[in-house]
Amino acid sequence: MGERFEPKILMFACNWCAYAAADLAGTSRMKYPPNIRIIRVMCSGRVDPQLVLEAFANGADGVIIAGCRPGDCHYIEGNYKALRRAILLRKLLEQLGVESERFRLEWIAASDAKKLIEVAQDMVEKIRKLGPLKVVREVGKIE
Amino acid sequence: MSEGKIRIAFYWMASCGGCEEAQVDAVSDEPSLINILDIVFWPVAVDFKKEDVEKLPDKSVDVALINGGVRLSEHVEMARLLRRKAKIVIAYGACASWGGVPGLANLYSREEILSRVYSEVPTVYERDRKPMVKYVAEEGVELELPEFLPILLPLNAVIEVDYYIPGCPPTPETTLNALKMLLSGKIPPKGSVIGASQRALCDECPLNATKPEKILVKKISRIYNTRIDPGKCLLAQGIPCLGPSTRGGCTALCPKAAMPCIGCYGPLETHIDYGGKVISFLASIIDSKDEREIARIIEEGLPDPAGLVYKFTLPASRLRLNLMKWGGRSV
Repeated sequence: MGERFEPKILMFACNWCAYAAADLAGTSRMKYPPNIRIIRVMCSGRVDPQLVLEAFANGADGVIIAGCRPGDCHYIEGNYKALRRAILLRKLLEQLGVESERFRLEWIAASDAKKLIEVAQDMVEKIRKLGPLKVVREVGKIE
Repeated sequence: MSEGKIRIAFYWMASCGGCEEAQVDAVSDEPSLINILDIVFWPVAVDFKKEDVEKLPDKSVDVALINGGVRLSEHVEMARLLRRKAKIVIAYGACASWGGVPGLANLYSREEILSRVYSEVPTVYERDRKPMVKYVAEEGVELELPEFLPILLPLNAVIEVDYYIPGCPPTPETTLNALKMLLSGKIPPKGSVIGASQRALCDECPLNATKPEKILVKKISRIYNTRIDPGKCLLAQGIPCLGPSTRGGCTALCPKAAMPCIGCYGPLETHIDYGGKVISFLASIIDSKDEREIARIIEEGLPDPAGLVYKFTLPASRLRLNLMKWGGRSV
């Protein structure tokens, strides 16, 4: 007790926008919380909802999918695909007891390192308040 | 297998009896099976008791087919007993494989379920009556009844399972395929799904020919208020048909009858999480780029995603099984 809860947050960042923004943040020596672990993907539309569930199952306290802004997708409309899936997935996660704040879809342009940092800080703050992911109620063990 | 006969045991846990029906149907389709099956335990039809099974030597039963989900302490006890007695244990049907429909109860706690069933439903009159594990009968005999477990588990969460026969229930054809595979001595790797196809349901669906290259719909329809065209791919009509992510092997019985696939043959080998996969393809067919419109289409057409995408697999889903660390295999 007494130690501050440090959430683990996984971010799927699109190669063309959000990941470039993270790169820019790095080269500009801007700081963002180390709680965010970034996985680079070619497109936000490539992130299968199974991967989000897998991330939560493996101990992530929050997941962010970050893609290009509407209209800017390198593959024309991959980010719209991500949008459709995210809306349905969030509904499913809520039914399963995962608070909606734990899963986010953000549009971050390649030049917008500031937004990436704001999203990261905001997410860490919100998840810290929520505490670790508790999907399943205490169920005990079968003897 | 002694004298050309297969010593077989059947058991049911939290199930509806449909699996027994399917097993009887399978034998009616192939009556010659009766001559080679030596039934040693079958609670639904034959009067063997638990002590009869206990008396059998370990590993003396060739195959145990267990259906239903694990919901009572009795199920755990019987599953473990049959595991000791049988060489091969098969999870028969969707419930034993991944929890099935009764597994949706895991969206609620045990207390919520008991309170609902014993106190809140309008047809209950004796509201103070609650289930109890210890009970003294009128004759003064003290009975110990099975405990209602905190959640429903798939069979592999409590014992090691050798093979899975999917379906709700498995069709007679699937059942016979699986039995024939075992009889032929061609033993597949442990943990395999047997009797069914290795490909998605769409592959064997006659409506597949009418499936457009790209499906985009403005509305996801509910079957109760939609006139379905029986000759056209159901997904293309905006009906949430789970064929694309569901294992085939049932010969597309539901789509052939103009009913959408509800996913009872479960996931394919390549899936990480069945529900996640369904979310993936189902959301992709929505023809809109506007956040509010998408939300409205989903709200109207898919009001209960968990009930749809995890109708048969909730207890074995990644989020539910992995975090519980029951030691079972997730789908």
